[in-house]
Amino acid sequence: MADYIWLIPLFPALGFIINSAFGGGRASKTFVAWVACLALFAAFLSSAAVFVEFLQLPATARVFERDIYNWIASGEMSVNIGFRLDPLSVIMCLVVTGVGFLIHVYSVGYMHGDPGFKRFFIYLNLFVFMMLLLVTGNSLLLLFVGWEGVGLCSYLLIGFWYEKDSAADAGKKAFIVNRVGDFGFLIGVFFLFVSLGAQGVWTLNIGEVGKNAHLLSVPVVTVITLLFFVGAVGKSAQIPLYVWLPDAMEGPTPVSSLIHAATMVTAGVYMIARLNILFSMAPDTLYVVAVIGVLTAFFAASIGFAQYDIKKVLAYSTISQLGFMFIAMGVGAYAAGIFHLMTHAFFKGLLFLGAGSVMHAMSGELDLRNMGGLRKKTPITYWTFFIACLAIAGIPGFSGFFSKDEILWKAFSSSHGDLWIWLLGAVTAGMTAFYMFRLFFSTFHGECRASEEVKHHIHESPRVMTIPLMILAVLSLVGGYVGVPHLLGGSNAIERFLAPVFGHATQAKTAVHFDIVASAWASSGAGGHEASLELALMVTSVLIALIGIALAYLYYVKNPSLPERFTARFAGLFRWVHNKYFVDELYDFVFVRGTLKAGAFLLKVADGWIIEGAVNGTAALVKRAGDKLRKAETGYVQEYAFAIILGAIIVVGYLIVIPMF
Amino acid sequence: MDMISFKGIVFIAASLVVIAASVLMATRKNPIHSALWMIVTFFAMAVIYLLLNAQFIAVAQVMVYAGAIMMLILFVIMLVHMEKGEETDPGKTRRSKKTRIVAALITVILFGEMLLGVLFYRMTGQGGEYPAALVDAVGNVRTVGVLLYGQYLFPFEIASLLLLVGIVGAVVIAKRK
Amino acid sequence: MFEENLTWLCYLLSGVLFTIGAIGAILRRNMIVVFMCIELMLNAVNLVFIAAAGSLSSMDGSVFVFFIMTVAAVEAAVGLAIFVMVFRMQQSINADEMNLLKG
Repeated sequence: MADYIWLIPLFPALGFIINSAFGGGRASKTFVAWVACLALFAAFLSSAAVFVEFLQLPATARVFERDIYNWIASGEMSVNIGFRLDPLSVIMCLVVTGVGFLIHVYSVGYMHGDPGFKRFFIYLNLFVFMMLLLVTGNSLLLLFVGWEGVGLCSYLLIGFWYEKDSAADAGKKAFIVNRVGDFGFLIGVFFLFVSLGAQGVWTLNIGEVGKNAHLLSVPVVTVITLLFFVGAVGKSAQIPLYVWLPDAMEGPTPVSSLIHAATMVTAGVYMIARLNILFSMAPDTLYVVAVIGVLTAFFAASIGFAQYDIKKVLAYSTISQLGFMFIAMGVGAYAAGIFHLMTHAFFKGLLFLGAGSVMHAMSGELDLRNMGGLRKKTPITYWTFFIACLAIAGIPGFSGFFSKDEILWKAFSSSHGDLWIWLLGAVTAGMTAFYMFRLFFSTFHGECRASEEVKHHIHESPRVMTIPLMILAVLSLVGGYVGVPHLLGGSNAIERFLAPVFGHATQAKTAVHFDIVASAWASSGAGGHEASLELALMVTSVLIALIGIALAYLYYVKNPSLPERFTARFAGLFRWVHNKYFVDELYDFVFVRGTLKAGAFLLKVADGWIIEGAVNGTAALVKRAGDKLRKAETGYVQEYAFAIILGAIIVVGYLIVIPMF
Repeated sequence: MDMISFKGIVFIAASLVVIAASVLMATRKNPIHSALWMIVTFFAMAVIYLLLNAQFIAVAQVMVYAGAIMMLILFVIMLVHMEKGEETDPGKTRRSKKTRIVAALITVILFGEMLLGVLFYRMTGQGGEYPAALVDAVGNVRTVGVLLYGQYLFPFEIASLLLLVGIVGAVVIAKRK
Repeated sequence: MFEENLTWLCYLLSGVLFTIGAIGAILRRNMIVVFMCIELMLNAVNLVFIAAAGSLSSMDGSVFVFFIMTVAAVEAAVGLAIFVMVFRMQQSINADEMNLLKG
């Protein structure tokens, strides 16, 4: 299998090519759907094959790298198209292809009546190909190609229903905001290349970069990693570049599930994990990452409190959970971050698909104020959604519990961590539980607040949609058991699996470096007390989650009038939060209008005066010169003859007379 | 008296005639007078050619220039009825006299340059294969003939073509519609 | 004395003739006279050729003069034809009035 790792990205690429070439007018929708789904399934099988092979190899030998083609050979820069699989990328491949496959199957049902059915699957396959390229590429340039490619597919898929102005605008917004991040990323790549080159190592190959990273000085690495982080901020929707993700909900729900929950937005997290050697050399950057992560998590969660569109709630939830992943990265707990990435793909993907199922049942309704009482009518959707909510809230036994707890523990204990990060993270976890269950209770419990016509049509989704839901629900349930921490008797398999990639980083010293708690545990060494500390924190976070759920139950099931009274009393605050703190308006005022004004100015001055002036000026100059020179053309032949004689004088003088002197 | 030989006297006389006749030609008001003085010039030039041992050219000069070309010019002069001389209608535009005088003076500079060149340059180069004695032995016309139909046949043929073109062209241009 | 300087004197004579022709061509208003001055310039050149060929013992000069004469004849024919045509249009042979090429 090692020689065939290029098959993994190849299958979705083939699906894309076959469907775009042959999926035209006469091919049936079934053909297109089968090709697309089979391509994904084949890719999943290939990834699984590599995974199985890895398990049979010793931990140090789990790297497959193959170069396919020499793409760029220019001076010092030589970039190959090649693929590299190690434990980190294999997990990403499994997640992308596995969840991707389930979503493809779901889409067959969801997009059933849509005129753009075939186009949808073409774009989806292209997206998976680009994502796999990003994940398996063995050079930073190839990673960037995938990075840009997923951005492109995101634009195409967000604006899938392009006749709708709001969808087209959302697509543009996503692409443009992403671009800002990509710019930072690219500058980072340039800087890295040049800095390494100054040390004599001219490479963009990820393995080579990792081996030679120690040649760089800390300030240089700090700048490079900060620039890379800018890219991650754009792609993974952190502050300040998160504004595109809520708008991206204009796309079809499977798109939101695949791209904006499970895979594309996690590209930033993956990138930091992939370059962890560089990031570990720059503790300042790590701190910035963690701070932005936790602030984003808290900020987005707060907005989720006041949104009525179910997809928007999920979007802000995604931003918030991504913040958690960045917290993990920022405190050096790379494995925990990837673990959360995986579990998040399961339960957030499930949540979005469930929301799609709800919309399908409610004839396209999105506002949760018009829902309710779906529990009896759409049981499968209800139960799978419930499992996903439990997972995201961090209830013990479900996958989200293990990953989120791992992150919070590392935030507390790691040498890169900080108390306030843990505190804010724990509060955010509680907020997450609250607003997710607010969504859950409003949608499925209580009286059905929909119109009569909608109520008539409520039905459970077809099997092609509910089976992926069930599979994802199972994964949300058991997916966490690969990461059971030592504390609870597990062996934290995922951390061990990822150890070769994050080797030195996971040895993060569990130094407890703040006075309050240190004084309490001062007398003893590590070991036992550390374990009880972890347990205490775990219990705390579970309690906070339960409180959140209880509050949600209170507000939305027991006493449904409470929310209105609350918003009436705190009307100002509510207005702020409901309008997303007016961030979009601020950006519009500062950046959008600013750019437009700059453009208008340049049009008037640079284009109008300078360039037009130069062009017109040249023409005018030529005309005036012509007018002056025309005086020599008198029309008198004798004067022309004299001109000839004059010329003869000059030539003879030059040839004969001058050399005489 | 052996400073100047007979040849010398003839040369001086001929060249004086040439200069005088050409000056007169250039300055007469009556164009027919100019033409006649031109013919005198050509004859005197032929004499000089004879002195230079170019008998063929001398005869050709008389035949072609003095004979054909000047005939043509005289015919044209009479064709356009300008026996009287140039009349200028007062209403039409003229170039100013000053411009002409200045132009003429500048042309004198050209003469000065030529003078310089003539005085201070010696023409060097390989001597040809036709010294005067040899040519005289064979005959100048014969030599020129051999050359024209031998080494310079191609230009000769082209020249004849040129003459043909000239004839046709002249007829076409001057035809009355 | 005369024999050695014959060539040189011929050059001088030729220069004088050429200048006379040039000045005449510029000054005179009668087109026919201008034409005749041009012929004079050609003759001056012929003289130079013959003189140079004589001094260099070459017959190339004579041959070339032959060709110059041919061309001069053709030029005379065509030039005068053009002149006749122009005269028919302008009804004048004044060079100052032939400025249709102006501008």
